[in-house]
Amino acid sequence: MTERRIEVGLLTRVEGEGAVRIDMRGDKVTRAEFRIFEPPRFFEALLRGRGYEEAADITSRICGICPVAYQMSAVHAMEAAFGVGIDPSVRLVRRLLYCGEWIESHVLHAILLHAPDYLGYGSAFELAAAGHEGLVRDALEVKEAGNRIVSVVGGREIHPINVRVGGFWKLPERRALAALREELLAAIPKAVRVLDWTASLDIPDHARDYTLVSLWHPDEYPMNEGRLRSTAGLDCANDAWRDHFEEFQVPHSNALQARDREGGEYLVGPMARLALNFGRLSEGAREAAGRAGLGPDCRNPFRTITMRMVETLHALEEAVRLIEAYQPGERSAAPVEPRAGVGAAATEAPRGTLFHRYEIDGDGLITHAQIVPPTSQNQPAIEADLRAFLPSLAGRSEAEITHLAEQAIRNYDPCISCATHFLDLRFLDA
Amino acid sequence: MPPRPRLGVFKFSSCDGCQLSLLDCERELLDVAGALEIAYFAEAVSAEDTGHYDVALVEGSVTTEAEALHIHDIRARSTTLVTIGACATSGGIQALKNGGNAAGFLKMVYPTPAWLHTLESATAISDHVKVDHELRGCPISKHQLLELIAALLAGRRPQTEPHATCLECKLAGQVCVMVAEGKPCLGPVTHAGCGALCPGYARGCYGCFGPKETANTASLSAQLGALGESPARIARAFSTFNTNAPEFRAEAEAQGDD
Repeated sequence: MTERRIEVGLLTRVEGEGAVRIDMRGDKVTRAEFRIFEPPRFFEALLRGRGYEEAADITSRICGICPVAYQMSAVHAMEAAFGVGIDPSVRLVRRLLYCGEWIESHVLHAILLHAPDYLGYGSAFELAAAGHEGLVRDALEVKEAGNRIVSVVGGREIHPINVRVGGFWKLPERRALAALREELLAAIPKAVRVLDWTASLDIPDHARDYTLVSLWHPDEYPMNEGRLRSTAGLDCANDAWRDHFEEFQVPHSNALQARDREGGEYLVGPMARLALNFGRLSEGAREAAGRAGLGPDCRNPFRTITMRMVETLHALEEAVRLIEAYQPGERSAAPVEPRAGVGAAATEAPRGTLFHRYEIDGDGLITHAQIVPPTSQNQPAIEADLRAFLPSLAGRSEAEITHLAEQAIRNYDPCISCATHFLDLRFLDA
Repeated sequence: MPPRPRLGVFKFSSCDGCQLSLLDCERELLDVAGALEIAYFAEAVSAEDTGHYDVALVEGSVTTEAEALHIHDIRARSTTLVTIGACATSGGIQALKNGGNAAGFLKMVYPTPAWLHTLESATAISDHVKVDHELRGCPISKHQLLELIAALLAGRRPQTEPHATCLECKLAGQVCVMVAEGKPCLGPVTHAGCGALCPGYARGCYGCFGPKETANTASLSAQLGALGESPARIARAFSTFNTNAPEFRAEAEAQGDD
């Protein structure tokens, strides 16, 4: 019986620092570890004693790729704690901002980080140099359109400055959004080309029967609002994450992992959102998904590259629709009266459900914070994918096994900076 | 044709946002990749970290023993070392654990703290090795990043404004949010580079580019106090993304002593 150990000391083309270790005996995977050694930065601890109004800006620094997601979950959680209702114009502009982040984050991952795997290149620069420059330029222009939304609405692409509890510091002017609309319309055909290209790739044929979890909304593809649902029948309010899921620590990861209360692994992210919300995609996104042979039932994680492009196209079309419907409100933010209490909220980050929960004292200071990012939740399923998919390569070279392992991890666009630093402080108090 | 300069992009403890700024230069990215050899950039390129770098861009602060060793290795193999962003230039938000908080933080976040290894403090890259240039900001400005790359390619010094955000705001013709609306603003003591973004969005500057040279923080604190800000709130305002920058740390401590 052949025994072999595959180790990748530093995974490339992912956000943050992780490694992988796989032990195989014959065609059995005896150990599969997705090791996160990204140094912890202790956000949940350093939030203690900070003002409620600081959480959005501080938590955005958890991740340079999805800062809007942190800002959104933070402000919704604070608004829940204080009973603040937001204006329709604020609701619309938040959704627009989130569309921008989905676009820039999804295209970054799909084409700059993930696509080289499918053709055996080491980077998008090599991909461009090898005859795919048009594709890479299309992708960069779509990504730029997403970043333009974030910078017009939020002030800048990374760590935007315009979000606050109750709304925004300043609502965008219709004129500025009209110019943005033109850029988005120009990006749509490029996104379609990129999407169709991803559908033409040679996709490894693997699938598993995942439990998929995402927000669900009756009228819209979920971003800021909705109930928490799963393909296993869960249906609860979006602030009730802790009733159904829990975090735990493993020795090989600086990021806490998560499981459902019965101990089961589950997945969040584009596959989960498509499974639970396919019918609420924009018309163009649904059509393009159909052309690519993707529906709500696809469970092949190597197809997430196309799923991200379907969501990108949706976000572009949705952003255009939102801009056309936009009427600036009388005020940029609803008044906020902080009081002692607890607030929680989940929103859909590009990589999946992002849950925040805060306890606030009578002075408006945070006394306890819990942040559960998508990559933390996906870690056990990523390791299970490695155990399930690698045996098919048992007789193959180390390079082939390593390549599939890395690609399988990149399927989830793991955001390792996000994942590292989180846990419920209550473990201490217990 | 001479060989292209070799660029390395390195990550220490950080959010990845500053190195992402390079990938966010969508219009210039392929040209940059043509002018420089992007020899090492783990977030975007699968390649080994070997050999000498003409330019090393370093993101993040030093928070582990491995990082404290690694930065010396990078320095030894680099001609020009540039720190990009608040974490690398002053320690970043994670430097809030400095001053004896680290062990407590570890226990607060992880049920089994013994499985993790971190240093007591998060420190700037310049606390460990010589730094040739620094770009401020949380995150850096991508315009400053492109200017830096262009300057290094041309063999000249990068032009990055040394003055205060307050001056950028005046140059942009914006109405002062502190004088006109009474909003607390760190613009008078904060390093330029963002284009006075926050005041343009009707918000006071929160200091993410760190202290400008000769920042008069005491005078600004007196003004913030006159606007009704408590010493605790003023101390917090100086204790965010550049909490470990000496001028901001000293002012936060002075407020704490009140």
